[in-house]
Amino acid sequence: MPAVSKGDGMRGLAVFISDIRNCKSKEAEIKRINKELANIRSKFKGDKALDGYSKKKYVCKLLFIFLLGHDIDFGHMEAVNLLSSNKYTEKQIGYLFISVLVNSNSELIRLINNAIKNDLASRNPTFMCLALHCIANVGSREMGEAFAADIPRILVAGDSMDSVKQSAALCLLRLYKASPDLVPMGEWTARVVHLLNDQHMGVVTAAVSLITCLCKKNPDDFKTCISLAVSRLSRIVSSASTDLQDYTYYFVPAPWLSVKLLRLLQSYPPPEDAAVKGRLVECLETVLNKAQEPPKSKKVQHSNAKNAILFETISLIIHYDSEPNLLVRACNQLGQFLQHRETNLRYLALESMCTLASSEFSHEAVKTHIDTVINALKTERDVSVRQRAADLLYAMCDRSNAKQIVSEMLRYLETADYAIREEIVLKVAILAEKYAVDYSWYVDTILNLIRIAGDYVSEEVWYRVLQIVTNRDDVQGYAAKTVFEALQAPACHENMVKVGGYILGEFGNLIAGDPRSSPPVQFSLLHSKFHLCSVATRALLLSTYIKFINLFPETKATIQGVLRAGSQLRNADVELQQRAVEYLTLSSVASTDVLATVLEEMPPFPERESSILAKLKRKKGPGAASALDDGRRDPSSNDINGGVEPTPSTVSTPSPSADLLGLRAAPPPAAPPASAGAGNLLVDVFDGPAAQPSLGPTPEEAFLSELEPPAPESPMALLADPVPAADPGPEDIGPPIPEADELLNKFVCKNNGVLFENQLLQIGVKSEFRQNLGRMYLFYGNKTSVQFQNFSPTVVHPGDLQTQLAVQTKRVAAQVDGGAQVQQVLNIECLRDFLTPPLLSVRFRYGGAPQALTLKLPVTINKFFQPTEMAAQDFFQRWKQLSLPQQEAQKIFKANHPMDAEVTKAKLLGFGSALLDNVDPNPENFVGAGIIQTKALQVGCLLRLEPNAQAQMYRLTLRTSKEPVSRHLCELLAQQF
Amino acid sequence: MIKAILIFNNHGKPRLSKFYQPYSEDTQQQIIRETFHLVSKRDENVCNFLEGGLLIGGSDNKLIYRHYATLYFVFCVDSSESELGILDLIQVFVETLDKCFENVCELDLIFHVDKVHNILAEMVMGGMVLETNMNEIVTQIDAQNKLEKSEVRMENAIIKEGSQHDDNLRMICSFHCLSFSITL
Repeated sequence: MPAVSKGDGMRGLAVFISDIRNCKSKEAEIKRINKELANIRSKFKGDKALDGYSKKKYVCKLLFIFLLGHDIDFGHMEAVNLLSSNKYTEKQIGYLFISVLVNSNSELIRLINNAIKNDLASRNPTFMCLALHCIANVGSREMGEAFAADIPRILVAGDSMDSVKQSAALCLLRLYKASPDLVPMGEWTARVVHLLNDQHMGVVTAAVSLITCLCKKNPDDFKTCISLAVSRLSRIVSSASTDLQDYTYYFVPAPWLSVKLLRLLQSYPPPEDAAVKGRLVECLETVLNKAQEPPKSKKVQHSNAKNAILFETISLIIHYDSEPNLLVRACNQLGQFLQHRETNLRYLALESMCTLASSEFSHEAVKTHIDTVINALKTERDVSVRQRAADLLYAMCDRSNAKQIVSEMLRYLETADYAIREEIVLKVAILAEKYAVDYSWYVDTILNLIRIAGDYVSEEVWYRVLQIVTNRDDVQGYAAKTVFEALQAPACHENMVKVGGYILGEFGNLIAGDPRSSPPVQFSLLHSKFHLCSVATRALLLSTYIKFINLFPETKATIQGVLRAGSQLRNADVELQQRAVEYLTLSSVASTDVLATVLEEMPPFPERESSILAKLKRKKGPGAASALDDGRRDPSSNDINGGVEPTPSTVSTPSPSADLLGLRAAPPPAAPPASAGAGNLLVDVFDGPAAQPSLGPTPEEAFLSELEPPAPESPMALLADPVPAADPGPEDIGPPIPEADELLNKFVCKNNGVLFENQLLQIGVKSEFRQNLGRMYLFYGNKTSVQFQNFSPTVVHPGDLQTQLAVQTKRVAAQVDGGAQVQQVLNIECLRDFLTPPLLSVRFRYGGAPQALTLKLPVTINKFFQPTEMAAQDFFQRWKQLSLPQQEAQKIFKANHPMDAEVTKAKLLGFGSALLDNVDPNPENFVGAGIIQTKALQVGCLLRLEPNAQAQMYRLTLRTSKEPVSRHLCELLAQQF
Repeated sequence: MIKAILIFNNHGKPRLSKFYQPYSEDTQQQIIRETFHLVSKRDENVCNFLEGGLLIGGSDNKLIYRHYATLYFVFCVDSSESELGILDLIQVFVETLDKCFENVCELDLIFHVDKVHNILAEMVMGGMVLETNMNEIVTQIDAQNKLEKSEVRMENAIIKEGSQHDDNLRMICSFHCLSFSITL
C-alpha cells in the first residue's frame, strides 16, 4: 500500500498549484500568486474563525508560494496556532511551516518555545519528535537557552522511545554546534557513550554523530567511546550481510553506521590498549580484503556503499599514519581506483592520495602513480577530477620529480579551465621555487608561466621572481639574458614587460657586453613596449630608464630625449609626468657619483614567508592550509630552498639626504625625509601590496620619491598616500586651540609663514594654489633636543567639509629627532564652496607625555580665487547683474591697522582678486574682481573697499553669485584691515 | 553536516528546498539558482561531486548530486560527510519517496510538498542523518498517515454529531417560541 494515497490531498491546494502550472508567463504566475496571497491574508484576518483544515490548506499554499521564491511575510501566527493544536495533522503542518520559514524571528520564537515546551512534556513520542525536530531545524540561540538543559535528560532517560532518543541526540548536537556554551557537560556524557551499545542501530548512528562532535572539545570525557566503537565496528564488519536485516543496504551491512564509526575513531590517536588496537587493525584489514572480493551485486549502490566504508577506512589508516603495512595496502587500493571506470572513484582516489602523499611511509608509494595522475590531468573529461589530479601532483612533488611535474602542470595550464588557472599558476610558482636546484630553471619556469598565462600571474608571483633574482647573484646574468630574449617576442604580456623592465634596470649591465644586447638595444627594446603598457608599467619603465642612465652613461642623451618629450613632460597622468620631470632633472643636475649612489643596485630583500604561499593559503581557506604547508616529512626534500637567506647588506643604502642632490633650493630648511624609510619601505612594498597604491610597484620608485625635492611646478603627487586624510573621526581630536582663528586670519592674505609656535614645536607653512588645486608644505620643527615619538599630524574635515574639500596627506615619519624638521605635503582640491577650514591635528609624545594640538589649516575659500581683469563698463554691468539683496554683503568697520594705500593694495592682491584701476570714480577706493574656482562650480566675485581716512573706517561691499560666499568673503576680508 | 538539500527539475524550477543553516530568503533563491547553474551544465557520467558555489561554498563545502529523469537531487555538505555515503543517502531518499508515492514522479513532489518534507524529516534532522533504514522510515510515515486518517474520521464524526445537535437545538428553540406564544 502506498504510504501516501494520492486522492486525499486538499482540493483547493491542488487547484491552486494547477493554476500556477498553467500560467503561460512569469507575469501571469505572479498575478495569480498575489491574488492567492491577498485571499489568504483576508481569510487569516477575517472575523470568521478558520477550522484546522482550512488553516492547514492555506499554510500549504504559503509553503508552495515560498518554494517558488516569493517572500512570505505573514501566516506565522496561524502557524503558531496550528502547532499549539492538539490534533496531530495541524501540529505537524504548523511545525513544518515554522521550520521552513522561520530563521530567528525572536518575537515569534518565544511563542513557539511555549508550544515546544508543552510537546516535550507531553510524553507523546510523536509530539516530542516534532518538537525536537523543530528545535534542531531552527537551532537558534534562544531555543538553546530554553531547552539545552532538558534535552540531555530526554536523551538518556530510561523510558524514552528509540525514535525520541534518536531525535534528542541530533537535536542536542545541533544546539551544541550553534552555541556550545549552552550545553552543560555532566553525568549524562557517560551514558551517552553507552548508547553506542544500544540495540537500535538508528540510535547508535545518531549517538555516534553526537559523540564525534562533542569529543572534539572534550576528548578525555569521551575516551571510553574508542573501545565501544571498535567493538561495534568489528561486529558490523564481520557480520554476514543478512545479520543486520533492515540496516543492510544492497548487501552491505550498515554502511552508514560503519562510516560514522570510522569517522569517530579519526578524532583520536590509535588505541593504546593492545587488544583494542589488535581488533581494530583486524577490522581494517577485513575491509581492505573485502574490497578485493567479487561484488555481491552489480548494482552501483552496492559498490558505492562498500567503497564508502573503504575510503573511510583508508582515511583512518592515513590518520593513524603508524602502520606501514596498512598504508602501503591503502595506497595500492587507491592506485587501482585511479584507473577505475567509475568517475566518482577516480575522484575520491585522487583526493585520498593527496593526504597519503604527506605520509613518510607512503610518499614513495604514491610517487609510483605519477604517470597515471599526469594522464588523468590530460585526459579526464571532468574538471573536478582534473583539479584533484593537479592537487595530487602538487602534493607528491619532491626534488626527484619536480621538473617533470612542473613541466606537466605548465603544459596543462595552456588548456586548463579558467577557474583554476590562477591556482595552478601559484602552485607552479611555489614548486619551482621550492625545488629549484639551479635557479636558471626557476627563472625559465616563471617566465614560461607569464608567457602561457600572463593574465593569471598575480603580483605576488612576479614580485617573488624579482626578490629571488635580486637576492641570488648567481642567476642575475642568466635572468637578464632570458628576459631580454623573452621581450623580443612580438607580443609579450605586460607582466613580462614589468619583470623585464625591472631586471634589465638592475642587471642589464651583465649582458651589455654582447653587441646583440648592447645598452641602446636594450633600451629600444623596452621602449618599443612602452606605449602599449598601462600607467603602472610605464611608471616602472621610467624608473628603469633612469637606472639605465646610471648603468650606461652612453644612453643618457637618448633617454633624456625621451623624458623631455612632450608626451612625458606633459603627460596627463600626474604620476608619469612627475617621474619624467624629476628623473630628467636628476639626470641633468646630479653628478655621476650622486647618480651612482642614488641609483645603486637594490639591496637584497629580507626573507619572510613566501608571499605566494600566503596567497595560495588565502585562496584555499584555512581548512586546506595545512595540506599545503611544508608538511612533507622527507627530510631531504624539506627546506631545500626553504628560504632565501638575506645576505648581509653590503651595499650602502643611499643616505637620503637632501643636500646630496643640491636641488633643494626653493623650500625653507627642510629636514631630510624620514631616514627610517629605506629599510622598511622595501619590505613593505613587497609584503603588503594591498597597502600600496597601485602605482608603487617597485621599491626603488617609492624610494626615489622619498628623495625627491618638492617640485613646485609638478602637480599633485600620486605617490602621496591615497587614504583620505580624515582617518580619525572628529571625535578623536580636541577642539582647536583658542588662538586658532587668529592664526588662521594671518594667512588669509598670504600663503607662507609660521603657522604656530610654542616651546616644543614650530609649524611652518608654504603653499600655493592654482585654479581649484593647491599644494601645501607643512614643516614641523622640533625645537627641543629630545626626540618626538609617535609623531602624527592628520587633517580632519569637520562637518560636511569632506564633500567640499579634498585633502590628501602623505604620512610622515613617526619620530622627529631633537632639532630636526620634517615636512608634510598636502594636496588640496576644492570640490565646492566651503566656509570652515579643515583642522590640523598634531599628536606626539614628548618625553613620554602625550601632546595634542589642533589648529585650523590655513585653507580658506579665497585661496581658490582667480583674478579677473575687466574694464569699468564690464564691471558695472556685472555689478548690476548681482543686485539681488542676498547676493550682496556689506560691512562697515573700524581700521585696526594704519591706513596705508600700498599695504591695502598688497592685502587685496594677496586675498586673490584682481585690482581694477580707473573703475571707481573715487581714486581712494579699491575695486576688485575674481572667480572662485571649485571643481563643481565657479563663483564670480566683485568687491569694493571704501576707506574713510578721517573716520578711520572702511566700508566693504562684496557681490557674488552665491549668498554664503559673499558673506564669508566679506567676513574674512574685513578682519584684515 | 548537511547544509542544504535541494531538488529542482531540468529547468531549474525548485521542487524542494531545505536549508539547515539560516540564510535570508533572497540568498536561498540565489543558492538554488547558482547550484542549478553549476550542476545542470555537467555532462552525464562525470563524477557526482563538485565544489560548492560562491554562496554556499567555500572550499570546505561540496555539492553531491544525482540526476533522476527530470529531477536533480542536490545535497550541499561540509567535509565531515562521506561523499559516497551521501550518495547512498540520496538513493535512500528517492527509494523511500518511490515507496511512499508508488512510482514517484515530479508531479507527486509538486502536489505533496508537505509530505516530501515529512519524509525528509524522518531521514535528516538539523543537518544530520537521523535514519537510513528505509523500512523504518516508511513505517514512521505510515504511522503518521494512520494518525491523520483517524483524526479526519473523528472530525467527520464530530461534524455529524454537531449537526444533529443543531437540529435538537432548533427544535428546542421553536418549542420555546411556541410556549411563549401560548402564554401570551
